[in-house]
Amino acid sequence: MRWIAKLRIQIEMLFKRGHAGTRLDEELQDHIARQIDENIATGMSAEEARLAALRTFGNPALLREQARATWSWNWLEVILRDIRYGVRTLNRSRGFSLIAIAVMALCIGAATSLFTVVRSVLLRPLPFRDPDHLTMVYEHFRNAESNKEQFNYNSVSPGDYYDWRTKTSGFEDMAAWAWWDFNLSSQSGELPEAVPAKAGTWNLFSLLGVQPVYGRSFTEAEDRPGARVAMLTWSLFEQRFGGDRSIVGNTIRLNGNPYMVIGVLPPSFTYPDASGQLWVPFASLYGAGSPLGPEWLHFHDRHYIHVVARMKPGVSLAQAISQVSAVQYQLHLQYPNAPVAEDVAPRDINEDLARDVKKPLLLLMCAVACMLLIGCLNVANLLVARSAARQKEVAIRGALGARRLTLIREQLTESLLICLAGGVVGVLLSLAATKWLSGAWKELPTAATVHVDATVLLFSCGLVFAAALLAGVLPAVSSTGKAVFAALQATSRTTGGSVSRTALRKTLLTVEIAVTVMLLIAAGLLLKSFMRLRTVNLGCATDNVLTLGYSLPGKKYDAPEKVNAFNEALLERVRALPGVLGAGLGGMVPGSGPGSDDIFHVVEHPPVRQGDVLPDAQVRRADPGYFTGLQIPLLNGRFFSGDDRGYAQNRAIINRTLAEKYFPGENPVGKHLNIPVYGASNFEIVGVVGDVLYKVNEPPFPTVYFPLLAGLGDSAQTLSVRTAYDPLAFSVPIQKQFAALDPELPVSDVSTMQQIIGESLGNQSLSASLVLAFAVLSLLLASVGLYGVLSYLATQRRTEIGIRIALGAKREQVLRLMLFDGLRPALLGLALGLAASVGAAQWIRSLLYGAPAVDVWVFASVSGTLLAVSALACLVPSWRASRLDPMQALRTE
Amino acid sequence: MGKPSDLVQGTLDLLILKTILLEPMHGWAIAKRIQQVSGEVLQVQQGSLYPALHRLEQQGWIKAKWAESETGRQAKFYALTAAGRKQLDAETANWNRLSAAINLIVAEA
Repeated sequence: MRWIAKLRIQIEMLFKRGHAGTRLDEELQDHIARQIDENIATGMSAEEARLAALRTFGNPALLREQARATWSWNWLEVILRDIRYGVRTLNRSRGFSLIAIAVMALCIGAATSLFTVVRSVLLRPLPFRDPDHLTMVYEHFRNAESNKEQFNYNSVSPGDYYDWRTKTSGFEDMAAWAWWDFNLSSQSGELPEAVPAKAGTWNLFSLLGVQPVYGRSFTEAEDRPGARVAMLTWSLFEQRFGGDRSIVGNTIRLNGNPYMVIGVLPPSFTYPDASGQLWVPFASLYGAGSPLGPEWLHFHDRHYIHVVARMKPGVSLAQAISQVSAVQYQLHLQYPNAPVAEDVAPRDINEDLARDVKKPLLLLMCAVACMLLIGCLNVANLLVARSAARQKEVAIRGALGARRLTLIREQLTESLLICLAGGVVGVLLSLAATKWLSGAWKELPTAATVHVDATVLLFSCGLVFAAALLAGVLPAVSSTGKAVFAALQATSRTTGGSVSRTALRKTLLTVEIAVTVMLLIAAGLLLKSFMRLRTVNLGCATDNVLTLGYSLPGKKYDAPEKVNAFNEALLERVRALPGVLGAGLGGMVPGSGPGSDDIFHVVEHPPVRQGDVLPDAQVRRADPGYFTGLQIPLLNGRFFSGDDRGYAQNRAIINRTLAEKYFPGENPVGKHLNIPVYGASNFEIVGVVGDVLYKVNEPPFPTVYFPLLAGLGDSAQTLSVRTAYDPLAFSVPIQKQFAALDPELPVSDVSTMQQIIGESLGNQSLSASLVLAFAVLSLLLASVGLYGVLSYLATQRRTEIGIRIALGAKREQVLRLMLFDGLRPALLGLALGLAASVGAAQWIRSLLYGAPAVDVWVFASVSGTLLAVSALACLVPSWRASRLDPMQALRTE
Repeated sequence: MGKPSDLVQGTLDLLILKTILLEPMHGWAIAKRIQQVSGEVLQVQQGSLYPALHRLEQQGWIKAKWAESETGRQAKFYALTAAGRKQLDAETANWNRLSAAINLIVAEA
């Protein structure tokens, strides 16, 4: 039962420590008393006996310490004592402590926030069975153009996917999904709403290992054209159906058609992002009641689906992919002139989800790491300065027998206390910052799941200790070495100050400034690229333009005449509204993305050689007033007219890029385009219009416009309205026109053109301004460090300067001397930082729009700013030194 | 158990445990008893006695109790626990083995 006894005594030692201490004193006193008694018994006088007893007994304080050292929890006592000392010293210099804590709070808070985002976006395993065995499979074109921008991952055509799945056996299974939009209305006659949806093959959910919370997932038999079943995501189930389980087995209306709800997906399922609201079987998109015929399932050149595959145990990814590649190459040979890729390429599913945010995230993470480093260096610098002031204290304690480790531990406790306090404040800050960041960053794929949790807190704890070590070790070690005893020998007449200490601080500063320069340059490059993006001319009107999306349900609008009647009536009503300058109706608004593209062939040109892929163009639809409405200039020929109705008329308008690229030196008007997906009929080019960017940071792409009055139902359309003043004021009046024509038709995505552009710019501006914020903060920290070091130096050299001035040195000479002394680490740091920036700039090049990585303007202005700020930081202490009264300086000795 | 100081330290532990085997004693008496029994050969340094006593107490081998001593003052009496008795046996056996081994070497010369 020894452990019970041990436990008892440990508890006693923990809670009755003070009592045990008194008892120990009594015990030792008792011992001495007995010794005195014995001594008296041998005939000594009382005084003699007491002294002799104390002599034999030794140092009672030391003995007490040694006995206490054997108690349990001694380590706790030591730590508590260190903390008490630490708090006391920090409390004594409150200004220093508050600054240091604030610095660490900002650094740790920012790092925690970013880590939270990085973790949930890049590191957290997907909520699937064995997510490590999942991979995305894309088509991969070999030609140089596709590989130029590392654009190696091309969406898959449905025909390819079905061939891969049936003809290869390297993967356990392969599934596919695609984006789709539906107008959702329920039986009870509520207002319809447009919901983003996805279509997945029947095996997708079992392949991912996702079980519906209620009901079941799709069966193989349901994955066919015309099937009318749907699964709800948890968010739609909760928001639209109030979490009522009875919806399973009931019917909802999608585009007016009844669909049976067969299952509800779990809350954790937000793949591929949180925007998707419901799922339908993949093949059900096609056939009866859909604009896409069942033959679409077998197309090999319509790239729009995503394929996810599960690896088979014992088959390597390379083996499985080579099988699929072999099938794909056969397909490529089979369709020599169509864009059917030669190869396939696997892509990590996490990376696929992170897509465009990975690099900006890593960049921000690096920026935060740099700032954290600067923060630590600054705290280290401040600690070195303080340890210089406490040199004598440390030396005396060392001389009295304090072990070096004890002294180091005490100093480390101080930096740990600073970092801990900073960490607590920082984590609180980051709770707010993370929420803001995940909201502000529109491209994050899993924004809904970004939150601070145990792992993140653990990370922050690790960060706190690492920072404490980084900031504390250098000053602690340097201030407790053997050389410390020199401080005792140094008389007040020593004028040089500690050379090695100053050298250490200057080295720290140089590193700090170098890192700051890198951050500033990265921020400068990102900002410049962002500014360039802001001033990009989209090619059409962007001020005071309101856009509204809608889709006419094919069930109600089942004939082209009905579709056209609605569209034309709508345009007429909207154009008649007071304050409306123009209105256009198209498939997509400029700046809102690439949309779909098709390959074409110019009928009048010689046929392409065997093996060459046909040229590619984006496909848009436009009503006759579209171009004037959006102020897109006509360069040649004419716009569409009211007579260009339906594909039967076969008219098309091309943009300038297409004209210049494929009709060099000839007039394209009157020529004909053949577009294989639309069959044998040719389209006559009636006009050429100016280029319009499909995305602000992308160059214009060849584009073909078809008449909107072809009368297609069930397809997304966008109404763009140019207004005389604030476009949002027109939102309600225009929606009233919709309601007047068809009260059941939902209008979605009401936004201004500036908002659409802003959304793609927003993420750029976010990362640019965040990096800039980090850089400015780093600059501030570095200049505070510079100021601190130079002030310290000036104090150290007070006597020397006093003598110099007394001997006749001019004030300007002293000023120059001090200034150069302070600027030397700044210059060295600047040079190092500029050199490192050249490398760093290469790394972020893919994030920059139209800017050279080594931008002289940015490099020069950063250098200028840094020099100006560091000169300013050095000027104050230098000035003060040069104003020194020599008599005063020499007398204070 | 590889450092040379362990021998000395372990020996002091053994001596203390053995001394209080018969009756509980306070620190001063323990030191005196060791001195007397060893024929004044072994002088226990106070510097090591109290840390040793406290360590043995923390280990649960001895337990302490405050009681009135023969002088009428309160003193801290140390007594062996059951675990301490076992520890004493183990240390005695260890000591016998060790001293026999040393004897073998020393006698051979």
